[in-house]
Amino acid sequence: MQWQEGACPGAARRPNWGTEVGDRIRIMRNSETEHRAETVPDLLLRNAARYPDSPANREKEFGIWQSWTWSEVAANTRELALGLIELGISRGDHVAVIGRNRPHLYWSMVAVQMAGAVPVPVYQDAVADEMAYVLEHSEARFAVAGDQEQVDKVIEIQDRLPRLERIIYLDPRGLRKYDHTRLTSLSDLQGTGRNAGEETRAELGRRTEEISGDSTCVMLYTSGTTGNPKGVVLSHGNIVSASRSSAEFDGLRARDSALAYLPMAWVGDFIFSIGQAYWTGFCVNCPESADTMMADLREIGPSYYFAPPRIFEAMLTQIIIRMEDAGWLKRRMFNHFMAHARRVGPTLMSGGGVGLHDRIWYALGDLLVYGPLRNALGFSRIRVGYTAGEAIGPEIFDFYRSLGVNLKQLYGQTEASVFITQQPDGEVRADTVGVPSPGVEVRIDDSGEVLYRSPGTFIEYYRNPESTASTKDPEGWVATGDAGYFEKGTGHLRIIDRAKDVGRMGDGSLFAPKYVENKLKFHSNILEAVVFGAGRDSCVAFINIDLNAVGNWAERNGIPYSSYQELAAHPRVHEVIAGHVRETNRSLAGDEMLSGCQISRFVILHKELDADDGELTRTRKVRRRIIEEKFGDLVDALYGDDEEIFTETEVTYEDGRKGTISATLKICDMAVEIPAERMAAQ
Amino acid sequence: MTDGTMQAQSPSGGTETDPAVLMEIRNVSLRFGGVRALSDVSFDIREGEIRAIIGPNGAGKSSMLNVINGFYHPQEGEIWFRGKRRPPMKPHGIARHGIARTFQNIALFRGMSTLDNIMTGRITLMKPNLLSHALWWGWAEREETLHREKVERIIDFLEIQSIRKTPVGRLPYGLQKRVELGRALAAEPALLLLDEPMAGMNVEEKEDMSRFILDVNEEFSTTIALIEHDMGVVMDLSDRVVVMDYGRKIADGSPEEVRGNQDVIDAYLGVPH
Repeated sequence: MQWQEGACPGAARRPNWGTEVGDRIRIMRNSETEHRAETVPDLLLRNAARYPDSPANREKEFGIWQSWTWSEVAANTRELALGLIELGISRGDHVAVIGRNRPHLYWSMVAVQMAGAVPVPVYQDAVADEMAYVLEHSEARFAVAGDQEQVDKVIEIQDRLPRLERIIYLDPRGLRKYDHTRLTSLSDLQGTGRNAGEETRAELGRRTEEISGDSTCVMLYTSGTTGNPKGVVLSHGNIVSASRSSAEFDGLRARDSALAYLPMAWVGDFIFSIGQAYWTGFCVNCPESADTMMADLREIGPSYYFAPPRIFEAMLTQIIIRMEDAGWLKRRMFNHFMAHARRVGPTLMSGGGVGLHDRIWYALGDLLVYGPLRNALGFSRIRVGYTAGEAIGPEIFDFYRSLGVNLKQLYGQTEASVFITQQPDGEVRADTVGVPSPGVEVRIDDSGEVLYRSPGTFIEYYRNPESTASTKDPEGWVATGDAGYFEKGTGHLRIIDRAKDVGRMGDGSLFAPKYVENKLKFHSNILEAVVFGAGRDSCVAFINIDLNAVGNWAERNGIPYSSYQELAAHPRVHEVIAGHVRETNRSLAGDEMLSGCQISRFVILHKELDADDGELTRTRKVRRRIIEEKFGDLVDALYGDDEEIFTETEVTYEDGRKGTISATLKICDMAVEIPAERMAAQ
Repeated sequence: MTDGTMQAQSPSGGTETDPAVLMEIRNVSLRFGGVRALSDVSFDIREGEIRAIIGPNGAGKSSMLNVINGFYHPQEGEIWFRGKRRPPMKPHGIARHGIARTFQNIALFRGMSTLDNIMTGRITLMKPNLLSHALWWGWAEREETLHREKVERIIDFLEIQSIRKTPVGRLPYGLQKRVELGRALAAEPALLLLDEPMAGMNVEEKEDMSRFILDVNEEFSTTIALIEHDMGVVMDLSDRVVVMDYGRKIADGSPEEVRGNQDVIDAYLGVPH
């Protein structure tokens, strides 16, 4: 397919891209076979032709859902691309994009691609230092920032970024009095593009034509639980093929709609909100603000939804809290029908056989409880829902499935353009991550590590050939760093833990911290847990309580508290958490391989683990080694005999200032159960 | 100062004022019976500036604000607004003339939503028509849409989208203050009076509020007069500061000038009288 100015009749007369699209549409309708669908800009052009008047993006602003059709999106994106060329963007330049999910930021990413450059989305909640690393490493020449907060951060670090030339901002609020020698507003940029001359238009045509499936589509920095983030280079071929096969896998179609609320810097958002959306032509909706996400979710009622387990956990916690505050009739109805749903719901969802009486009772429950609940959550129209990123608690997973929400699991990573394995409809279980996605080969190496090879496999780590070589072998197999195995009979993959975290305890038994932490976290009162025990005789744990859940419990039980720290130190909270740990130990005792991982002592931390303090990654994964180092005194105390320990910890506030908090923490001893067979052996 | 000199300074025919001056307070004195709340206070508020009025408790700051917005009528002195001497007016009349305010102890409609509260700020700008409004048809519907749009811009500006439909009584204090600012802004005032906008706030809430005040000043070019106790905030925010003590003006100038003024230091630290 040609993409050149002048190829369209009348292009010279009409500087407006909208009419050019119209011309293009006619050309393409005449020769549908000419569609090139190798790159993201190709798909945009195709969609503008195929679904010119269907909504491509919506955003709630000023209390109303504003929408843009595919032809409008194509027109806006093209104007932005022209503006970027006028600004002097060169082929292969990197452009950082920082901000919350907004249509204009998505368009600017695609505009950057059209201009032959590479977008680098950056986590918007990153503190200035972290942002500096990414901008420095990627050698970004331009940065597109969502608002004043992000502009301020970039200005703060600009001395470290000699390559950065210009900051483009979307929301002008508060920026009027800033020095504009290196600042441009996105609307001005688009205005420049709109008025661009023939030469620029021809240049854009050439550049967009040049990019192919092998060109770099996007560079995404993986947060990495150790060391500095790595820039994963993904090609248009990677993104388009991964999007195509996954969209076909779940039968996604143009009428679907999704809510874009997860960080733009995360590969999942890029695949869902750009890759799959552009491939299938479905509508991506952006919430009004982070705080209104739940309300916006309900208004949109997406048919395709994605969330990490913590969101599903938080929603369930909310439901439980609100049901506990509800009247007795509602509470009894909820309890009765949820018990019924737990029994038959998942089977019904998977299409299994259920008796007539149970079916009728389930239908009644659907009318009285499940339907209204799905509606309250914004899940009424969900056809496909996914959770990934972490293991999800079986109770949480089954809760949503029993409500009639088709929630499934997938396993993936940035380097694979997300998809490694997925659960097909009808084969969904909480403890597996599914079968290899279409086009993906998966094997387990001798050490138990999961390897894969797929069309979505990344090109390289940017400016890091050593890491590239150690992750991807010459035949294209990529090491995931996760230990797992294929289940006999079903062929489903089960992930145990991070391969490097799986260790042995002092007595040689298997130690899988993540597995134990997840078991702990399945209790709604426990937000985060970190388990230690490699090379030791027993396991110990740090616990973070969930302030919402425990706070509500405290309120109902008349326990006063003023802060997280105070609540975490309350003796009755210790009792509750000890109960959860006891239950976890009991469940571990029944596990043949992991019975040695029972928790013998634990401490409830005096602060919440936080990405700003480097304890979690931006996607909220625990950074085990950093925590072990930082709270070394606590680990030592847990392996000592003391019942209390005084500790001081440095914390970073959201504006980057530092302070310390100190506390005396109580250490709780737990009974460890000896598994039945070992007892028999003794 | 005697009454004689005061009259000499402000001939009733009305003199020209500096066009950059939005409001001028000339020799205002206010008495409640035998208590002198304000004694011969004069200062001006320039177009587009942030003007702070500070002083120890009981210095007469709130009385001054109440004089400016017409709630109190001073026994002596004049108030010049937009180059004209202002006759004694009722507060709603003054609101129509483009002066809006927030209160020290939040005065919102607690049972109403954030949105409705801010909508009430636009009442002075509405042109009701009994029949049309009773039926909510024609003009009434169009008018509501028009005003709703303005209100939505304020909601967006103050980042309170998530509490749009929440009854105000359920909101934490810091957010209620923000809603009150929103209601004052909804009247599109030329002069915005803020009575202790940061009282009772924690550091984070104060930072947010400071930012909103600066943004309002910059974005809508609204002139702001504020009373505040937090000296750090006052010195950072304002262009010029009036300092009052015992109903008198004791200093007037830029934050730096005021900071070094011996009278101000004495008033705040206290000296034996």
